[in-house]
Amino acid sequence: MRWPSGIRFAAAIAIGMLTVPALAFDFGRAAMPAEVKLWDIDVRPDGKGLPDGSGTVGQGRQVFADNCAACHGDNGQGGVKDRLVGGQGTLASDMPIKTVGSFWPYATTLFDYVHRAMPYPTPGSLSVDETYAVTAYILSLNGILTADGKLDKASLPTVKMPNRDGFVPEAEFDPSRPHRKK
Amino acid sequence: MNRLVVSRRGFLGGASAGVVGSIAIGPAAAETLAEVPPREPGADLSTHSERSKFVKIDRIPEATPGKRNVDPSDAINSKTPHQKLVGSITPSDLHYERSHSGVPELDPAKHRLLIHGMVQKPLVFSVDDLKAMPSISRVVFIECTGNGWENWKKADPNLTVQNTHGLVSTNEWTGVPLKFLIDLAGKDRASIWMLAEGGDAAGVDRSIPLTDEIVNEAFVAYGQNGEPLRPAHGFPMRLVIPGFEGNLNIKWLRRLKFGDQPWMTRWETARYTQLLANGKARQFQLRMETNSVITQPSGMMEIRPGYNRITGLAWSGHGKIAKVEVSTDGAKSWKQAQLNYPVLPKAQTRFQMEWTWDGKPTKIVSRSTDDKGNVQPDRQSFIAATGTNALFHYNAHQTWNIDEGGRVRNALA
Repeated sequence: MRWPSGIRFAAAIAIGMLTVPALAFDFGRAAMPAEVKLWDIDVRPDGKGLPDGSGTVGQGRQVFADNCAACHGDNGQGGVKDRLVGGQGTLASDMPIKTVGSFWPYATTLFDYVHRAMPYPTPGSLSVDETYAVTAYILSLNGILTADGKLDKASLPTVKMPNRDGFVPEAEFDPSRPHRKK
Repeated sequence: MNRLVVSRRGFLGGASAGVVGSIAIGPAAAETLAEVPPREPGADLSTHSERSKFVKIDRIPEATPGKRNVDPSDAINSKTPHQKLVGSITPSDLHYERSHSGVPELDPAKHRLLIHGMVQKPLVFSVDDLKAMPSISRVVFIECTGNGWENWKKADPNLTVQNTHGLVSTNEWTGVPLKFLIDLAGKDRASIWMLAEGGDAAGVDRSIPLTDEIVNEAFVAYGQNGEPLRPAHGFPMRLVIPGFEGNLNIKWLRRLKFGDQPWMTRWETARYTQLLANGKARQFQLRMETNSVITQPSGMMEIRPGYNRITGLAWSGHGKIAKVEVSTDGAKSWKQAQLNYPVLPKAQTRFQMEWTWDGKPTKIVSRSTDDKGNVQPDRQSFIAATGTNALFHYNAHQTWNIDEGGRVRNALA
């Protein structure tokens, strides 16, 4: 700005008066519910955040073939990227195989991660129904869902993952023991 | 602070070990002053300073342990050349990088930070909003939890310190205290966890426990060594949580959501958990441990008998480095090294020690102690407690083997 300081100051006051409602907040502006909804994608183990919709193992087979198999292999293994299937019983061996089936403690995490980050080149391109479906398919490949399985926001949080109890939280940050002094 | 007194002869001898690493020496070094090139007018002044053409210094992009010399498109991290650095601050362009879906090019005019969840006033901030707020600057290390992962199961003798320890760096970061943002939004007292999410393609997100320490020390940074963040390090804004896992320091930060339990994201379950020998995994091992490494002489260097200066870096996510001890006889005896000032909490501290090498094969190793009394563990007791499958949070002693020819090589102990 090359304006004389007096004009600059007057302009600042004028702009300030025009935008008085925004000054209800000292900095920034209020977030509107509709825009928050666009970004509020996270899903918790208790199912909080899961959207409406559903998908079956059968539907997920096609979603997987079209979007996932190129990197993760036809049956979730043997691809160039992370193995998703198998490995159960290997975690205490010299060659542990960490997959969705052998290691991941929560099925909700699989939905959340696919929904936010996959497929790698076009994250967010799968619909909610496709995400439920491909989640169901990956769980079925691991023997966690049956071939006629179906997932939605009510059933997904009830899926018991084989390694659900395989994690030991650090005492300092243990979620079951609130750490912040009230 | 520097008590080193070095004879001219000793200084020249010692120079060979360190400087060779970073300066490309021409075919004919100037033996006499007559051979030093005459003075002449130099290049035009410029808009920014480049490194000397005689200095070859770069990060190296790498993949998982044992996968080196990879094409940058296959790399998952890029490591800091500690063997060629001499201070405690890492140059911005050489700060290590770990990115999970490339480096997004974010337009600061269009970037927004959303704060919501268990708050009275959900808020949206622009970069300019943040820059208008009260700020702090702090020198801290950031360390990838994979730092050191090359040596879990075996030691490849052909590794440099860049390969073994290139995933930690120290910068000065500037930004707005998390506490200030929390107060603006009016966080519910019942909220004890916070989700931080990036604006990269993967939307990398972590659950952060709101301990007093984290609430008091974390900040949203927009400045790095005095300038705007570099894109690889989170431009236009990132979270900095001094002393905690690099992955928690979410880059390209675009959302902070307050809640009452962790979200159990992929990054705190499938990744960044440490598999123990019994098959159980340590979770929320968020603090980076007490650590140190000798950077000179270090892997793939060559030293000569006589005077050698040993120097390296020490750091701890618990606080300040209290002392660093160095052994030049394979951890049989230890001598306290000198710490270069300033020694800052949760920042890398440079140490140095004089050493006269007798020309016999030996091993050199460092161990650090922080001001909370935590001592960097030797490899044997570390592996006994952790096993060899943890992949992350390796902070055992780094041993450099020196053979009769003065060749320095990576060793387990």
